[in-house]
Amino acid sequence: MAEDTPRTRRRVLMAAPLAGAAVLGVGFWKMLGGMEQGSFDPHNINAPVLNRPVPDFVLPDQAPGRGFSASDLRELRTPVIVNFFASWCIPCIAEMPALIGLGRQVPVWGIAYKDKPANAAGFLAHAGNPYARIAADGDGLAALDWGISGVPETFVIGPGGIIRWHNAAPLNDDLIHGTILPLVERLTS
Amino acid sequence: MSLMLTEKMGGPELGNFALALACCLAGAQAILPLIGAQRRDARLMALAPALAVGQLVALAASFLCLVGAAVSDDFSVQNVADNSAVAKPLLYKITGVWGNHEGSVLLWALILGLCGAAVAAFGRNLPSALRARVIAVLGGVSAGFQLFCLLTSNPFQRIWPAPMDGQGMNPLLQDPGLAFHPPILYTGYVGFAVPFAFAIAALIEGRVDAAWGRWVRPWAVAAWCFLTCGIALGSWWSYYVLGWGGYWFWDPVENASLIPWLTGTALVHSAIVVEKREALKIWTVLLAIGTFSFSLSGTFLVRSGILNSVHAFANDPARGIFILALLALVIGGSLALFAVRAPMLTAGGLFAPVSREGLLVLNNILLCSICAVVVTGTMYPPFMSLLFGKTISVGKPFFDATAAPLAIPLFAFMAIGPMAPWKRAALWPVLRRLWWAAIASLIAFAVATFSMSGVLPVLATGFAVWVIAASITDITDRIGLFRLSPAQSLSRARFLPRAAFGAALAHAGAGISVLGLAAMSQAQHRIVEVQTGTTEHLAGYDWTLRDVHDEPGPNYQAIVATIDVRRHGHLVTTLRPSKRDFASQHQTTTEVSIHTNLMSDLYGVLGDRHGSGAAATYVLRLHYNPLAPWMWLGALVMAIGGALSLSDRRVRVGAPRRARTTVAEAA
Repeated sequence: MAEDTPRTRRRVLMAAPLAGAAVLGVGFWKMLGGMEQGSFDPHNINAPVLNRPVPDFVLPDQAPGRGFSASDLRELRTPVIVNFFASWCIPCIAEMPALIGLGRQVPVWGIAYKDKPANAAGFLAHAGNPYARIAADGDGLAALDWGISGVPETFVIGPGGIIRWHNAAPLNDDLIHGTILPLVERLTS
Repeated sequence: MSLMLTEKMGGPELGNFALALACCLAGAQAILPLIGAQRRDARLMALAPALAVGQLVALAASFLCLVGAAVSDDFSVQNVADNSAVAKPLLYKITGVWGNHEGSVLLWALILGLCGAAVAAFGRNLPSALRARVIAVLGGVSAGFQLFCLLTSNPFQRIWPAPMDGQGMNPLLQDPGLAFHPPILYTGYVGFAVPFAFAIAALIEGRVDAAWGRWVRPWAVAAWCFLTCGIALGSWWSYYVLGWGGYWFWDPVENASLIPWLTGTALVHSAIVVEKREALKIWTVLLAIGTFSFSLSGTFLVRSGILNSVHAFANDPARGIFILALLALVIGGSLALFAVRAPMLTAGGLFAPVSREGLLVLNNILLCSICAVVVTGTMYPPFMSLLFGKTISVGKPFFDATAAPLAIPLFAFMAIGPMAPWKRAALWPVLRRLWWAAIASLIAFAVATFSMSGVLPVLATGFAVWVIAASITDITDRIGLFRLSPAQSLSRARFLPRAAFGAALAHAGAGISVLGLAAMSQAQHRIVEVQTGTTEHLAGYDWTLRDVHDEPGPNYQAIVATIDVRRHGHLVTTLRPSKRDFASQHQTTTEVSIHTNLMSDLYGVLGDRHGSGAAATYVLRLHYNPLAPWMWLGALVMAIGGALSLSDRRVRVGAPRRARTTVAEAA
């Protein structure tokens, strides 16, 4: 390569930022195009799992609760709430009081997402434990199949382990009384 | 026009007209001085400052019209109807103007206009061609964003029929901290347009020299100060408004402000090398372009809806395409110019790896690596979703695991940098001068090891003390404190450049912030459900819920809890956290109550009420946050350091003369 002089290399190097920006730009352009056609929606996290059976998973115990698997959820005859949380997640702390209230009326099962077991247990000791059963998803692989985009996220699981509702934000009293409890009532009857 | 003017001064149509006028002036500002500089036509070049000032006047008039519409409750203006209400307090009617997408774009444009006028006012000593080009570039960017405002986000849009009352503002935004957060943050973002314009002008001229470095640096430092304050204010806002007890969530909007801050910090440092040693020129030009590009893409991509964020703006993909085209023009255009012209810039002074320059290069490498990590973490989820259709999240664990290990060496070398001589240095003499700083940091390590959990907080504490102690050493060494007589030291201090004090203060500020961050990792909290009269224990304090009562507000209903906090039986403070119910928006907000003694924050939040009457229980969230205020105080100290270095004599006296060697102007 006779062209590969320091000067040429210098030119290629100086053009690298432009090339990088161009790649990002094309990516964003594709995303915006997809958003307009409805094929790409970063906000629509419901699509992959809603009204489908829960994805396959088997997760170990997370102290102080007993772990669970997909088959545990599919054998249920009454609705449960599945809530993903983590000790490092600050909105999860904010959500706890609402979740504790909800746990008195519907069983809430928790999954500790990308968390060290000791940290998660400590978190529940401090923040209060709303969960009837708790599983640990240390590497976050099960969460991937659930379509988790962050913590906290909450699912309402209908009888037979069908995902009926999904929310990717901290719960509050409005959501619980306005949406979750009416839905649970409908699923129970 | 005249009919409307007589009918109502400052109506929305006048505002719209003024904005269109500003856009035309900005267009002229972008083109005429550039032609003038190219043809060496003094009259055309002299138009630049006049046009910049004219554009600012038109923009200010336009902005005042929008403020006027908001203050006078003109609900025939869509923007006011959507975001304001009669019952809203006056302060928030004014600050609410920039609490929504359209208004904030107008504010953005106004600040950019202000930057152009500032260059016109303070840049009298610049060579006329350089000044004309800088102002022209600013005019071009202004014209683009004013066009964006006019065509896709017009704040003066009317609606018919006009509603009787507006929909009101998001109650979370009804807060003094947030009222002033956007103007400061935007000034930081937009301020980097000036170094950007200098970089483009230098590329057009084909010339970067020490004088250029000296001209650019004050603008970069000023923008950096505002951005530092803006980020700190935003973080403080989320700490006391969201009531989650956290201060940074690695949210895309937060990352969008952190990314230009990181490259801007690198720019502020690399420009020193250009000024003093004429080295790192191409890199500094790239940093100037990159910092403003990140500012632009950050602020605007967030609004296009691509990045999933809790700070939601109304998303509109059509608006996004306009933004993307504009970004492609500004960023793509400048990087293309860089690709063509940068190889022609000549490299400058040489230096040994261990030297002041070498350490500044290391600073740049580490800052840019952290920046790359944050960019990756922010962009990964949407790109994964685009390419592989998978939704994934990159949260705190990723950033903690990647950014922190890069920040530790940054702090380790930050202490040494200001003490190393230029060109060539030996590490040992510098380290020997830092002996007591080393002892102080070892003590801090030891104390932290026993009192803190986790490796990272311990390391962070040690290195933060190391940086603070080194900053003090730097100043005491320079003025010869303890070595010379007090009178001699005093006179030395008087003649020491303020920039030296500024740098030491800014470094110490960074250390203070990091101490705060490290201590906050040890924060404690408890969530309890109690009846009134119950006492809880947390972090050595006794927290008693004394009373809960209702209290009406101007446009909300509040429940207020009274919590007495005692230590060893003595009353420390009474916290009054509350919950506000905004009926018109069907929204409740929690008002945190914080007691601080600057060493720690006692932080109380009132949650839900269960049951009623005497048996009612209340959920309380109690936090003990050690050194929390230091995080923001440190940022303030950093900004004061920057401001101090701006007041340096070299900057005030200004005008370095350019070296006389005339290089043929690149045509």
